[in-house]
Amino acid sequence: MNAYAGTGRLIRLAARRDRVQLPIWIIGAAVLMAAGAAAVADEFPTEESRVTALRGAGGSPAVLLMRGAPVGTDLGAMLNFRNFASMLVLAALMSTFAVVRHTRRNEETGRAELIGAGSVGRHAGLTAALVLAFAANLLLGAALTGTLLAAGLPASGSLAFGAACAVTGMAFAGLAAVAAQLFQGARAANAFAATSVGVAYLLRGVGDALGERAADGIQVTSAWPTWLSPIGWGMEVRPFGAERWWALALPVALLAVCVYGAFVLVDRRDLGAGLIPDRPGPAAGSRALLSPLGLAWRLHRASIFGWVAGSVVFGVGIGSLGASVNDAMTENTGVNKLLNQLAGSGGADLVDVYFAAMMNVFGVLAAGFVVQALLRLHTEEAGGPAEAVLGTAVGRVRWALSHLACAAGGAAAMLALAGAGAGLADAAAGGDEGVATLTGAGLAQLPAALTVAGFVVLVFGGLPRLVVTLAWAALALSIACGLLGDVLGLPQAVRDLSPFSHVPSIPAVDLTPGPIAALTAVAAALAAAGLMLFRRRDLAP
Amino acid sequence: MNDAISATGLVKRFGRTRALDGLNLAVAAGEVHGFLGPNGAGKTTTIRVLLGLLRADAGQVRVLGGDPWQDAVRLHHRLAYVPGEVNLWPNLSGGEAIDLFGDLRGGLDKTRRAELLERFQLDPTKRCRTYSKGNKQKVALIAAFASRVELFILDEPTSGLDPLMEAAFQQTVREVSADGATVLLSSHIFSEVEALCSKVSIIRDGVTVESGTLASLRHLTRTSVAVEAAGPISGLAGLPGVHDVVANGTQTRFDVDSRDLPGVLRHLAGFEVHALTSHPPTLEELFMRHYGVEASR
Repeated sequence: MNAYAGTGRLIRLAARRDRVQLPIWIIGAAVLMAAGAAAVADEFPTEESRVTALRGAGGSPAVLLMRGAPVGTDLGAMLNFRNFASMLVLAALMSTFAVVRHTRRNEETGRAELIGAGSVGRHAGLTAALVLAFAANLLLGAALTGTLLAAGLPASGSLAFGAACAVTGMAFAGLAAVAAQLFQGARAANAFAATSVGVAYLLRGVGDALGERAADGIQVTSAWPTWLSPIGWGMEVRPFGAERWWALALPVALLAVCVYGAFVLVDRRDLGAGLIPDRPGPAAGSRALLSPLGLAWRLHRASIFGWVAGSVVFGVGIGSLGASVNDAMTENTGVNKLLNQLAGSGGADLVDVYFAAMMNVFGVLAAGFVVQALLRLHTEEAGGPAEAVLGTAVGRVRWALSHLACAAGGAAAMLALAGAGAGLADAAAGGDEGVATLTGAGLAQLPAALTVAGFVVLVFGGLPRLVVTLAWAALALSIACGLLGDVLGLPQAVRDLSPFSHVPSIPAVDLTPGPIAALTAVAAALAAAGLMLFRRRDLAP
Repeated sequence: MNDAISATGLVKRFGRTRALDGLNLAVAAGEVHGFLGPNGAGKTTTIRVLLGLLRADAGQVRVLGGDPWQDAVRLHHRLAYVPGEVNLWPNLSGGEAIDLFGDLRGGLDKTRRAELLERFQLDPTKRCRTYSKGNKQKVALIAAFASRVELFILDEPTSGLDPLMEAAFQQTVREVSADGATVLLSSHIFSEVEALCSKVSIIRDGVTVESGTLASLRHLTRTSVAVEAAGPISGLAGLPGVHDVVANGTQTRFDVDSRDLPGVLRHLAGFEVHALTSHPPTLEELFMRHYGVEASR
């Protein structure tokens, strides 16, 4: 039988399953792009304002780490500096999730077995997943290019921007295809692929932070770590700078290697098996496992360790750059303004503002973790083992609280350790922020993350079918309204909807107990209402 | 009343569909009760109401003397449930899952657990994701039967088991029944229900259509009779309760309502009968009678 038989049908099936999800990614990216373009045009209307901002940014490794290397001073180059890296990440995540969803997830659920028994070739499933991911990336690239052209930006830069995003997304689709062959669980494959996106972003950041400034004080030539990262390759296309079209060849080469490797692996393994095999587990459950909380901890611990480790690494990186912020940016009003906007305060000390802005980022990360952890309630319930667990002498509230405890505890650990890591690194670099202050600054973000958690529990109790969509939408809106509200120019009333707008920007301002107590109360009330609704509703089949 | 389960007039709607439409079910303490019905008849919905996972829109339901919706946790200490589709955590081992379910229910009997692992030939060190459907069911069955509880609610528990394991399952049900436990067994396997159950309820479209002992259900129905005689047997069709007479020379086949069997036997005594076989309706025939007609309607 032809190894590709049935590919067309599987592509149509995959496209139909993703008919809502992928358009949301693509349209969402285009909307973010349009908002970003409008914001840049609004905030930096003159060449002069952009030069000032970029000159300052170029001197700060921290800003370069977060954003990328500036490529020029026109409007497009400013947009590149502000939005390009995040668009590349978005394309990469969209692609990895899509490929794993249509390969390993299918195998895990047994759908692939049913499909494979039909007149379907051995390579059809993987091919269909890759074709779908490629199509999505082409559409994403086209949508971004179109949005940029509509914003009145030059054609070649717009095209390079869209093409770089599309090609980078495809390269990550290739990486995910390999991960899906290696790991037996879809979760593990997704985690590997998502971690590779994070590592690629970080490598690029390190390369940009260590980059060499041109004589004009604006353009930065990235150092070698950037060249190890597929996201870095995308950045090196430098849209709206002097475009380097040849850099597009690097992700394409990675893609070719990955696709070839994935198909070789498909031929070598059995359906359902991974190349990294399972070890036998314990024959009996240990004491620590045998309670609802023990079970929840077991289900969440790998993810908690991952998020906490990532936060600590990120925290140390942020902390080690703190002392250099002052040298680079004292006279620079543009960056000053940017950081003040992120931190949501007009504090005097630039280093304090920098740390306050970074703590806000950690708060968002913690909220992201919390959403991911609490959605486990949904996967356990819908077609999962929750039915059997709730058929034992475990009450619904106790069951849900066990998961909530893991989510809240994990978020607290992330924030405290990220803050502590930043404090220690700052001290090592000669800063004087103090470990206790930054740990506290991290923990001050916890009530905001818990408010997002409370909302997820509320939706889980009240509208269980929509919980996935609403939970992520709430997080996205909290970020948009709270963290980026100022950057995007939203009115204060809208910004106040986000819990992140109410967190005191420690250490830029002093700790005020009022907002923290209020956010905690809101979080508790939301969660309590959600638990009550959950207790009163039918369990999903 | 000494019923382990009693449900009257249960109604459960999902949107516009009425999954249960006035269902009645009574299971006396200590009996093994078969719960039959085609796919979609409402068996699983009923069981989920009995467990307090769903709330009935109307009707009364008592399980072990309590209200399953209000007292779910207290009641679940005293019962064990095996779902129709066993979902486990992919990265836990089978042994861990067994201990977890047992412990969440209030503890399990270690000796019994070891004995059942042996009997069902389950390797407890394998990760749950590698288990087949039958092996997942074994995990749930061992966790349930290793618990010392008063009531077992089993939703098609053997649909993935092989015949050897089916025998092990029947042996285990007999053991817990001998110890005085009550069992509600939803099943599609007639031989299993006939072998295990003293009483049976048959449901269709969310309504109970038959309920009683197997003997009493048989009594309501027809016995198939085949007779071999020296010559044709005349006058059969005119007798009360006789149906579907097929005569073929010396061979005659017919069905007779169970209560009219004595009259038919007296009639047959007037002929030179060489051989006579009769068999009571199997559960399958009972079931098909209820559904076959409806299906072709």
